[in-house]
Amino acid sequence: MTKSIDFQTDPSQYHHWRVSYDGPIATLFMDVDENAGLFEGYQLKLNSYDLGVDIELADIVQRMRFEHPEVKVVVMTSGKDKVFCAGANIRMLGGASHAHKVNFCKFTNETRNTYEAAEADSGQKYIAAIKGACAGGGYELALACNHIMLTDDSSSAVSLPEVPLLAVLPGTGGLTRVTDKRKMRRDLADVFCSLEEGVKGKRAVKWRLVDEVIANSKFDAVVAERAREFATASDKATGTGIALTPLSKTIGADGSLQYSLVEVAVDRKAGKATLTLSGPDSEVPASLEALHAQGDQGYLLRLARELDDAILHLRFNEMELGLLVFRTQGDPQAFLAHEAFLMDNRSDWLANEILAYWKRLLKRIDVTSRSMVALVEHGSCFAGILAELLWSVDRSYMMEDEFEGDNRPIAAITLSDANFGAFPMGNALTRLQTRFLGEPEAVDALAERRGEALEAEEAEESGLVTEIFDDIDWDDEIRIFMEERASFSPDALTGMEANLRFAGPETMETRIFGRLTAWQNWIFNRPNATGPDGALQRYGSGVRGDYAQERV
Amino acid sequence: MLDLINVSYDTQIPNNVGLSSDKRVLKALEKWHPGYINWWSDLIPQNFQQSLVYLRTAVSVDPKGWAKFDYVKMPEYRWGILLAPEVEDRRIPCGEHAGQPAWQEVPGEYRNMLKRLIVIQGDTEPASVEQQRFLALSAPSLYDMRNLFQVNVEEGRHLWAMVYLLQKYFGKDGREEADDLLRRSSGSEEAPRMLGAFNEETPDWLSFFMFTYFTDRDGKMQLESLAQSGFDPLSRTCRFMLTEEAHHMFVGETGVGRTIERTCQIMTENGITDPYDIDKIRAFGVIDLPTIQKKLNLHYTLSLDLFGQEVSTNAANAFNAGIKGRYMEHRLTDDHMLKNDTYPVWDFEDGKLVRKDAPALTAINMRLRDDYTRDAAGGVGRWNKLIAKSGVEFEMKLPHESFHRQIGVFAGKPFDPAGNLLSQDEYDAKATEWLPTKADGDFIQSLMTPVSEPGKYASWISPPKVGIDNKPGDFEYVKLYMA
Ligand SMILES: [Fe+2]
Ligand SMILES: [Fe+2]
Repeated sequence: MTKSIDFQTDPSQYHHWRVSYDGPIATLFMDVDENAGLFEGYQLKLNSYDLGVDIELADIVQRMRFEHPEVKVVVMTSGKDKVFCAGANIRMLGGASHAHKVNFCKFTNETRNTYEAAEADSGQKYIAAIKGACAGGGYELALACNHIMLTDDSSSAVSLPEVPLLAVLPGTGGLTRVTDKRKMRRDLADVFCSLEEGVKGKRAVKWRLVDEVIANSKFDAVVAERAREFATASDKATGTGIALTPLSKTIGADGSLQYSLVEVAVDRKAGKATLTLSGPDSEVPASLEALHAQGDQGYLLRLARELDDAILHLRFNEMELGLLVFRTQGDPQAFLAHEAFLMDNRSDWLANEILAYWKRLLKRIDVTSRSMVALVEHGSCFAGILAELLWSVDRSYMMEDEFEGDNRPIAAITLSDANFGAFPMGNALTRLQTRFLGEPEAVDALAERRGEALEAEEAEESGLVTEIFDDIDWDDEIRIFMEERASFSPDALTGMEANLRFAGPETMETRIFGRLTAWQNWIFNRPNATGPDGALQRYGSGVRGDYAQERV
Repeated sequence: MLDLINVSYDTQIPNNVGLSSDKRVLKALEKWHPGYINWWSDLIPQNFQQSLVYLRTAVSVDPKGWAKFDYVKMPEYRWGILLAPEVEDRRIPCGEHAGQPAWQEVPGEYRNMLKRLIVIQGDTEPASVEQQRFLALSAPSLYDMRNLFQVNVEEGRHLWAMVYLLQKYFGKDGREEADDLLRRSSGSEEAPRMLGAFNEETPDWLSFFMFTYFTDRDGKMQLESLAQSGFDPLSRTCRFMLTEEAHHMFVGETGVGRTIERTCQIMTENGITDPYDIDKIRAFGVIDLPTIQKKLNLHYTLSLDLFGQEVSTNAANAFNAGIKGRYMEHRLTDDHMLKNDTYPVWDFEDGKLVRKDAPALTAINMRLRDDYTRDAAGGVGRWNKLIAKSGVEFEMKLPHESFHRQIGVFAGKPFDPAGNLLSQDEYDAKATEWLPTKADGDFIQSLMTPVSEPGKYASWISPPKVGIDNKPGDFEYVKLYMA
């Protein structure tokens, strides 16, 4: 699996999904083309999915937000008879490298979180309408919806059969959502997760696995009725959508990327990618009409889309670039003006969506398993939302005083309202709250300094950056940090960073990305799952996995 | 193009590293300099600071004429930064990077390891000056006083050399470490020097000679192995330091030799044949040979402890990283990686001493210590020749390396100097025969009266065969300042 994966797609290219729009209600049909797997070597039978299916789903969810703001309810259902979705494709998992499996799970989790949050973030509510088998990752798709409806045809059931069948976990949020979100009793959840055939009918409601079961004959009508009810109850701001057009992106021969506002320089020998984000290249929209007219060419939306694409590209296609370096260059005041325009107009659906997108994107960066560092150089614009990057990455270094022969504006960090609540991490705290867990008063003190350009000494003093270096030390210190980082075990770093990044309270999200994912990744490395006699390899052969009995 | 042979004096600090064009390091060093001068001024008694001392100053790294001699007041001594000339296309001599071009910049992955080694080495340099700070008050001659100061100023220069590396290559951390080198102080409760042996006072001149012979030789071995570093600036620095270090060991060897010579001379002149007729010998104001042997036992074994554990992962890591080589690495003919080699290491089994093969990579310390012992044996042989020539029957011996040890497999075990394991009681009963007692120390101290007339020497030591810089016997090596 070494082909380059492209995360950009559009409806004309979909193989696996269809969407029909009917005013405030959209219906999403999962209808996987079994011969259109992203890689060779498996067929996507029974509506099972691989990364390609999920890339399309992510695209649909994103377009639903930006291109179809009129949609208030999305009904997710199957385009096939007798099966809703059989989950992630087992042959694909069996054949995938460990790194791909891990990346795949992370991306699917992010997509689930995205449509799960759509209701709270922008009033788009997802309903799962389940007819037929809904197993494993299939039920996880449903779990991430805000309302689950199951037909009572005496055969349709929801199940999480991973443990008995595959010797792995329902890792796309499955285990976590049954107890955390559905609030199922843990002993019943234990029973449920051991039952290959799953649970159907009334018991599924009783056990809180679904919100309602409906007689098969009335199923479609009730689903439609429910969708209308929800739509009517919604006070979502609507309007006319904007088009998400293809990104302008060129990939250099050395693997470097060039977008309009994001540049990714690749240093393969050093194992590092440097992402440089540009400040605004246009004026703040004069009015909301102007913002809508700009559409996907507006500064903050374009920057987000490009950065998002770059991060995903690096995650999947550049596994050996272990260090991501974040730089910015531009006018911080201009950046803050763009940001303030959106923050002041959150009641407008587009302004709101752009900000909600930044929230998701920053979270995506938070859980990116690479060493990350931000360099606050002269001429940079780490202000407001972009300053969040400083506390998303593992370390930050800042230039102090003037540098010989460098006439760019002196490096400074400027805080704004954006740093005090609008962009929480997965742990539901802001990045500053997480950073200063032991001294909450530090956050209050920083709130007082919104709008001030904090130069190196002040930034260090107030704990906003890791270290500051002057002209004398900068090059050497940065070089040495990077070389040292490159000499450590990537596994140990991934583990260390993931643990240090999420201080503070646990949430369903942190449990999914921390606990559930870590356990799953461990199991993926164990012979009981992935060894030659493990369950994933033997799946479909009629022979069960041969398990080593030692408990670890 | 930088002239690597002729040191540039265009800045406050003599150097051959192009300091005047390296503004950042120059700035850092000039900031550090006043603290250093304060350290020096507080250390050495005032009247000596004002005296004119006939010192050599390193002015070049040309092996044919790297130093020049002249009278100088010590605070005005020009502590320079001199690196041995760059060897063209030098390669990393050992470890997993063996054969790759030597590093001219600190490799990030080894930064901390390198810094630690440089800091430890740097910490010993000022420490010995601190340990010897009061000796000038009891110098047995102006010649010896001058040698003491020569050693002192050069240890000071060695501190400069290490500080330069820290400031040039280790950024902010390096500057902090450089400041800490002046903050720690030998014997201090607050912030002592890093290695135990460097926190003991050097109470008398025989101790000083033993120290420069045995402990400076440990320094020499450390410098030899750092001279094999793949980090080229460290290698070049240490190579040049070694040229100065030779003189320190010369001071030690001839100092002990002259002490022995004087004792033997008094014995023969007075018809004393039994070297153990201690009271009789001491009555003539010289130090009996058995007491000198005891001092040797003490200083040799303390110095052995400086080599650390026989089997050491730290040492293995440093070698494998190419940060620190073995003694004369470039002359060894193995693969310089020690992937499968073994080296016999002392071990202690069922109450017996045995040499057992250990992976050579982890036995780097043991090997360097063996090289040290061989190196140290040379001078002992020459001392014995002096004794034999005088007709006295006595032989100085290096004790077995199990004797009187605090570090390594032998630590705390009651071995005698021949390497026999005794019971603690047996050991305690005999310890005063092997190690200097307080009474021995008091006696030596009683001889430490200063002699400051040119050409004259204290009762317990012979004059040198030749003067420094070929000066005549009555040359005034120190023009003492009289307040
Ligand atoms: Fe030295
Ligand atoms: Fe020395």
